[in-house]
Amino acid sequence: MRNAIATLLLGLAILLPVGAVQAQDGPLRIEITDGVIEPLPFAAPDFIAESPAASQYATDIARVIAADLVGSGLFREIPKVAFISPYSDFDAAVNFTDWKAINAQALITGAVSVAGDRVTVRFRAYDVFAGQELGSGLQLSGTTEGWRRIAHKVADTIYSRLTGEGGYFDSRVVFVSETGPKNDRKKRLAIMDYDGANVQYLTNSDSIVLAPRFSPTGDRVLYTSYESGFPQIHVLDVGKVQRRILSSGDGTMTFAPRFAPNGRTIVYSQTEGGNTDLYSMDIDTGSSQRLTSAPSIETAPSFSPDGSQIVFESDRSGTSQLYVMPTSGGEARRISFGQGRYGTPVWSPRGDYVAFTKQNAGRFHIGVMRTDGSEERLLTASFLDEGPTWSPNGRVIMFTRETQGANGQARLYSVDISGRNLKPVKTPDGASDPSWSPLQN
Amino acid sequence: MSGINKAILLVAGLALAACSDARWDDTNSGSGGAALGAGGSLADPSSPAYFREAIGDRVLFLIDQSSLTPEAQGILAGQARWLTANPDYIVTIEGHADEQGTREYNLALGARRANAAREYLLSQGVAGHRIQVVSYGKERPIEICSDESCYAKNRRAVTVLAGGAVS
Repeated sequence: MRNAIATLLLGLAILLPVGAVQAQDGPLRIEITDGVIEPLPFAAPDFIAESPAASQYATDIARVIAADLVGSGLFREIPKVAFISPYSDFDAAVNFTDWKAINAQALITGAVSVAGDRVTVRFRAYDVFAGQELGSGLQLSGTTEGWRRIAHKVADTIYSRLTGEGGYFDSRVVFVSETGPKNDRKKRLAIMDYDGANVQYLTNSDSIVLAPRFSPTGDRVLYTSYESGFPQIHVLDVGKVQRRILSSGDGTMTFAPRFAPNGRTIVYSQTEGGNTDLYSMDIDTGSSQRLTSAPSIETAPSFSPDGSQIVFESDRSGTSQLYVMPTSGGEARRISFGQGRYGTPVWSPRGDYVAFTKQNAGRFHIGVMRTDGSEERLLTASFLDEGPTWSPNGRVIMFTRETQGANGQARLYSVDISGRNLKPVKTPDGASDPSWSPLQN
Repeated sequence: MSGINKAILLVAGLALAACSDARWDDTNSGSGGAALGAGGSLADPSSPAYFREAIGDRVLFLIDQSSLTPEAQGILAGQARWLTANPDYIVTIEGHADEQGTREYNLALGARRANAAREYLLSQGVAGHRIQVVSYGKERPIEICSDESCYAKNRRAVTVLAGGAVS
């Protein structure tokens, strides 16, 4: 099994700018805070291959960068057929007039060289109408096998320069891969790049596996497996593909595990006598603590990014609703008050929103609300949408959508928190329960 | 052995032909090996087949509910009598939910349902150490359509026999 992280060591160097820097009123910036936005048009000619061995990478890297930017819904690529002047020299001054003429507001150029199993990418981004470079040119290098990660890092840099926000392209998703009919579904853990590339399987399909979650550093995954015959929580080292069970009480059901931001404490559900409550555990020592003691269902916890609070779902009011409580337990405050049932709350990495699943009038929705429950907005609607997970920058939500009927199948979808740009995520088979990693290092 | 089993299955199948509701071949109960095979003849009141088909190995629940209906209580009372008469068997009660609901909530709901069935068996004198419970949430539907006719059959607690006098 390949391990992209272990084999990819990225070098980073600042290139000297080309030509004179001109004054302008303000940097080229796309405002994505609210409302409908017009995607910003950019041109991304194939990168220059500095040797024959680099030519395929030069084309492919430019394509991945463009796909990342277009996929965000914030950018529009100007097709190559519209280009006026050929782009053939990374170090030559840019002819802005020709790019202005086709209304390319941003221009991305690059050059790729290959030496042995190392690939090096130099790139620059330009504000065409200001006639100047956006930030400094950069150089990244890594293994040829990890070329997609280099492309994602370039795209993240450009995204950040144009939006003022962190990127999310150099990230991965752990999920449950599903095959087989609805009444005999086989499930196994899988991991892939955020865009569906480089799928690897982490478990076999002998036991049901559910709801994986990344650690805060993306190196481990918590999940629930029926390997023992009962649902019990496990932790898996992604690099080594080693796993161990975290709870060993015979016949005790544990599930819905989530990491705290410290990467050492977890919170999860445990069922005793048919009643499900929340517990926390130090996964190094194994010592656990009960957080809730109610006859109702308490599950689907999620930590605030500062680790001080937990949002979770409970049906203590009679229907499933969202509550926030201190990490150590104690009094919980209800935050969902709309019509219907609320579940699977997930605190955003920026701390500003809670994403959730909502069930109302026979439909499922993915929505977001402020952490005090205000400003609820529904982003999707279908027969069955559930289980949101946040992109590392808190801009995009990925979730499971399952279609109706005997041939119903689960797929991953993503949507911008504005509700725009809803689209399927490419996976080889059915897929559910995505968990988005932080940005990779 | 296999020839005998086939004959027993045939008898069980014929006996069931007149019984519209029952499913004698629930391959999706999900316990992965704990369940017995054909389980003897339906004509033998101490056989697992009799337990499954004549008494009924499962009870059904209303939407998002885990309380036992009078019908469910009747089935469980029969199960308790059978288990009292056949003390060598232990059981795992598998709780299930329909697909209306999120995955983890349904796990908890299935556990409630399995436990409701367990509590009833306990109240009828079955020893606690003989009864394990597990929830499959919405992971193991037996009916796959997306309407109430299927959902009603998927919201279930199934009592799966294990051990027993196989001498």
